[in-house]
Amino acid sequence: MIRTAAENATARAAIMARVGEALRIPAPPPHGLAGRSTSPVDAAGHPSLAILPLEAARPWLPDGGATPAESLAVCCENLTKLRAEVFQVPDLAAAADCLAAQARQRDWRRVAWHAHPLVEPLLAGVPCVSHRIGGDAGFDKDTLEACDAGLSACECLVAQTGSILVSSQTCGGRALSILPHVHVVVATIEQVVPTLADAFDLTRERHSGSLPSMLSFITGPSRTGDIERILVLGAHGPKELLVILVGSHAAQ
Amino acid sequence: MTAALPSSPPAAGAAKRQFLHDAAEHVRDVGHREFVRRALGGYYTSRDTQKARYRDWEQARDAASMAKWSAVNRLDELLPRFEAAFTANGGQVHWARDAEEARRIVLELLATAKAKAVIKSKCMTSEEIHLNQALEADGYGVVESDLGEFIQQLRGEPPYHFVFPCMHVRRDEISDLFGQHLGTPPTDSPEELTMIARRHMRRLYVDADVGITGANFLVAETGQISITENEGNARLTAALPRMHIAIAGIEKVVERLDDLAVLLPMLATAGAGQPMTCYNTLYAGPRREGEADGPEEMHLVLLDNSRTALLADAEQRDALHCIRCGACLNVCPIFKNVGGFTYGTTYQGPIGSVITPHLRGLKEWNHLSGASSLCGACTDACPVRIDIHHHLLHNRRNAARSSPDRLERIGQKLFAAVARRPWLFATGGWLFRKTLGLAKAIRPPVLSAWLATRDLPPAPAQSFRAAWKRRQR
Ligand code: SF4
Repeated sequence: MIRTAAENATARAAIMARVGEALRIPAPPPHGLAGRSTSPVDAAGHPSLAILPLEAARPWLPDGGATPAESLAVCCENLTKLRAEVFQVPDLAAAADCLAAQARQRDWRRVAWHAHPLVEPLLAGVPCVSHRIGGDAGFDKDTLEACDAGLSACECLVAQTGSILVSSQTCGGRALSILPHVHVVVATIEQVVPTLADAFDLTRERHSGSLPSMLSFITGPSRTGDIERILVLGAHGPKELLVILVGSHAAQ
Repeated sequence: MTAALPSSPPAAGAAKRQFLHDAAEHVRDVGHREFVRRALGGYYTSRDTQKARYRDWEQARDAASMAKWSAVNRLDELLPRFEAAFTANGGQVHWARDAEEARRIVLELLATAKAKAVIKSKCMTSEEIHLNQALEADGYGVVESDLGEFIQQLRGEPPYHFVFPCMHVRRDEISDLFGQHLGTPPTDSPEELTMIARRHMRRLYVDADVGITGANFLVAETGQISITENEGNARLTAALPRMHIAIAGIEKVVERLDDLAVLLPMLATAGAGQPMTCYNTLYAGPRREGEADGPEEMHLVLLDNSRTALLADAEQRDALHCIRCGACLNVCPIFKNVGGFTYGTTYQGPIGSVITPHLRGLKEWNHLSGASSLCGACTDACPVRIDIHHHLLHNRRNAARSSPDRLERIGQKLFAAVARRPWLFATGGWLFRKTLGLAKAIRPPVLSAWLATRDLPPAPAQSFRAAWKRRQR
């Protein structure tokens, strides 16, 4: 019953043969681009690799700020517009107070977290049960499902779009940032990068050779517009997204 | 669920008859049209707000179209590169020539996983291959987790719009539907309705053995697949079950991770007026050593299903650039007036009208080439610069070439004969002006369809040529 490797190879060969045959006639350049200076056709009229590197596209995309302070401001503005809540605190002690206050105010009973130098120092003051996810602690779906909030670090924050990049390797796996009703992200202001392209550069630098099995750009709390195109927050993922940003540019 | 598995081909001309019938019905339903128009109203404002944040939207469209153009035109090189990288990440690629083969692959994977419960996130490719019907026929329970798709699944209808599946359904209908299937009390709050689905679905993610998703992009450089969604249901679908199966067309490949730095924000802005869709997630194989959770296996079904036929048409190859943002539907006057179901296709709207004849046969589906006012709103809206409305004209030309209409040819010849002789042309014009009033009164069959919904102006007293001559004096 199981499809054999040979059957898969036959299907592959058939599709690749059709692709090869189809591409023998070159396509004209994209509509509206013919004859323009950015036209990507090489001298022979063939599609060419990297004639338009992303570098050229950067200045056309939304702005991510020119200095770290500017990027931070853009990032916070975008996060707020997306209905994430941003808390800027000077140091980890203040971050812990901030988290404890949120936990009390929202009446959390259980919080999930993962081992990380930015996350652990915040737990002492949390006035409820906390479950560690990953490492020796393992992973249990039902335990996580019963948690009110998930506390995680992130790879970086993208000012341009107000996105938070999390990975399965450094941010407690895949479910921690999506299953609990509230997602709390702890990050330092140095983790803010201007654009998506910078986030990809960072990923390549940090993980080349062994990519995390999941990298996710989170842009605001989960949402849907499926009912009459009316915006509702908290479709399946977190209803609330809290971002605790540690540090300040003014102090440096 | 949706229509039964297509067994025997439908009668010739059935698709066209159904289109004309449904379009006529729909156009008369003013309330429904008004509802759809209102639902799309907010889209224009939010899209324009987001577009304004781009320092140069038009040039960004150039970059996006080039990223797709350079990938689609090098599929021969990039598909194997993607496959090698994806396999190195621990995933398995399954090649499917057609819908039947793709369904068989998924069924076999479910059998090896000894799956009992399957959860799905939105995947138009699975609609294209009628996957749900096949799974149900084999006894698997499948749940669509995307809110819109879930509502459509309960209603037993295909998606109305490939990005906003249930945009045509009113909240009271959804409330009744949930009451009937889930036993929940009636409510008219979209928020409460969303929470009902949220509560219902949470256990299902935890209990499912297999999660099935689509994919928006396949990155050749890194062997990752990229999934774009707002609700978080795809994230959960790919996080909790033991096996993750993704289904994607071969045209989804892009070369570099950096291409996504352009494509991801533009997909969100063009399609839904967002800066970025809420979750843009890159998956590179199953759970890795040291990671807390994730599936044990990851499979990707790579589907051809006539995409290579479209690829072989160099003139219209750019239709494969489509990133399924839905912008061309949102701005299309025809879509807004005839509605999504009238098309009778998996992919509705302008882009559906372009590609369906290639995927399912020009002879049976050429009528969609006429489902356009040729206003070009779709082409203007497309973030990857597909020349959509001209492709509708290309399809018309190709259809005329492959099976010319005899009556039309005779008509053209007749007109040419008249137009070449000025005296005959003048006489013809005179005759036309004299008999127009009579024709309107009698309504001969050739005119009746036109006159049923439109009025003709009164005939002018003299011809344009005569009026021009008088003015010259
Ligand atoms: S054709 Fe263009 S506008 Fe239409 S869905 Fe595809 S990418 Fe979007």
